[in-house]
Amino acid sequence: MFPAPFEYVSAHSLDEALEVLESRAGEAKVLAGGQSLIPMMRFRLAQPQVLVDINPIKLLEDLHEQDDALHIGALARHATLEFSPLIQQRYPLIADVSRVVADPTVRNLGTLVGSLCHADPAGDFGSAALAAGAEVIITSSRQHRSLPVDAFFLDTFSTALEEDEIVTEVRWPKPKPRSAGAYLKIERKVGDFAIVGTAVQMALDEGGRIAEAGIGLCAVGPISLRAKQAERLLVGQSPSAELFQEVARQAARESDPTSDTRGSKEYKQDMVRVLTLRALQRAYQRIQAA
Amino acid sequence: MAVSSTQVSVHVKINGQEITKECEVRTLLAYFLREQLGLTGVHVGCDTTSCGACTVLLDGKTAIKSCTVFAPQVDGHELLTVEGLGEADHLHPIQQAFWDCHALQCGYCTPGMELAVLALLQRNPNPTDEEIRFGLSGNLCRCTGYKNIVKAVHQAAEIMNHPSTSQSVTL
Ligand SMILES: Cc1cc2nc3c(=O)[nH]c(=O)nc-3n(C[C@H](O)[C@H](O)[C@H](O)COP(=O)(O)OP(=O)(O)OC[C@H]3O[C@@H](n4cnc5c(N)ncnc54)[C@H](O)[C@@H]3O)c2cc1C
Ligand code: FES
Ligand code: FES
Repeated sequence: MFPAPFEYVSAHSLDEALEVLESRAGEAKVLAGGQSLIPMMRFRLAQPQVLVDINPIKLLEDLHEQDDALHIGALARHATLEFSPLIQQRYPLIADVSRVVADPTVRNLGTLVGSLCHADPAGDFGSAALAAGAEVIITSSRQHRSLPVDAFFLDTFSTALEEDEIVTEVRWPKPKPRSAGAYLKIERKVGDFAIVGTAVQMALDEGGRIAEAGIGLCAVGPISLRAKQAERLLVGQSPSAELFQEVARQAARESDPTSDTRGSKEYKQDMVRVLTLRALQRAYQRIQAA
Repeated sequence: MAVSSTQVSVHVKINGQEITKECEVRTLLAYFLREQLGLTGVHVGCDTTSCGACTVLLDGKTAIKSCTVFAPQVDGHELLTVEGLGEADHLHPIQQAFWDCHALQCGYCTPGMELAVLALLQRNPNPTDEEIRFGLSGNLCRCTGYKNIVKAVHQAAEIMNHPSTSQSVTL
């Protein structure tokens, strides 16, 4: 299964990549880890005429904290996140996701940014980025801009990215005091896409009430979903078993799964409830343990 | 402006040997290695990024699925395939351990599995059973049931950590 013929450009700087994207707008696609794009090209679901390989641009491998965010460069691999002490210590939500996205070999090449650009509703990082309130940093020869991840996802496999734009990094908010997150996923077998996944991020105020809450849902709608009403139920409340149960039921109501080989609509909705409850409990336990 | 092309010359160091070869840019690395360089130890199992039979080592440490990388992407890099791991009369400790522990039956998954094991042991020289199973979860084996593979990884780790003291049994 070979892809249709294409032209290949190995870009050694961002300017070089942007130049090609501008001059061949609509024909060119960015190649990052290739772990979604190459399979799509092999099935001929994607047939770009030009492939702009950004892998030689070392600058994009960046992963560091600065000001109020963790900067995750376009070439930060899933495996880099998985084994990063900084992520393990300070970003439990990213740490959880990076252990369950695809399999270890795919994780050596696949990137978080590529995941978001691919905009698969079953992509694990989409829901996590929603829960955390991540921001997508976009550039082209024309302009620089940034979008909250909510505005970045438009539809299944579709983002707000213009044809000549590249995502250079994702900014993930630094952990607030008394905050933590968790991601839970059920899959049929290791390395498979989620049947259902749930991401939670939560911060408490000094009095122990929930000051901020994010809930993202994976694989239960046309795009990664934010459970807005469930989030609202949390804010201002004191954590309790009853509250978490009520919020989990609300998240299930806000999910919109379809029946397929991975499970029926009803089953998936109920799994949203179960996973949301457990992710809330886990995030809260992590806050208490810190 | 960057040069784009449909045909490229790929320069890569494979199993210690420098090689330069022309190919179409859409050539997938697994096919480049098998068909153009005759390295048929690189197996193609699923051809859809799922099984790990095509796993090779990039730049001495990173296990990648060569069915899901284009050949020009490895230009200027180093690769290790099973052909470079050991020799028939001088097996690599991982190969010897696979032999000793009966960690293969048909052998189809073995080259990819062994390279994934090498990457795993480089990162974690003393893995637990669970870490081995988790670390190799990108490699499928339809024959062995994995138990003997886990055993072999422990033996290989032992030999690689104490190269002078342990002697493996050669049949
Ligand atoms: C066997 C297998 C199992 C998988 N399982 C899972 C799973 O369980 N969960 C999951 O979430 N994912 C899974 N994936 C997908 C994997 O995580 C991909 O690595 C990821 O979705 C895409 O990242 P990438 O860097 O490989 O992107 P690529 O494949 O290189 O690109 C994907 C898309 O994004 C665009 N793009 C990439 N980077 C940029 C950029 N910086 N700017 C603009 N556009 C860009 C590309 O043009 C392309 O359209 C799986 C993949 C495989 C092969
Ligand atoms: S042949 Fe490459 S993963 Fe199966
Ligand atoms: S030995 Fe046959 S597939 Fe593993």
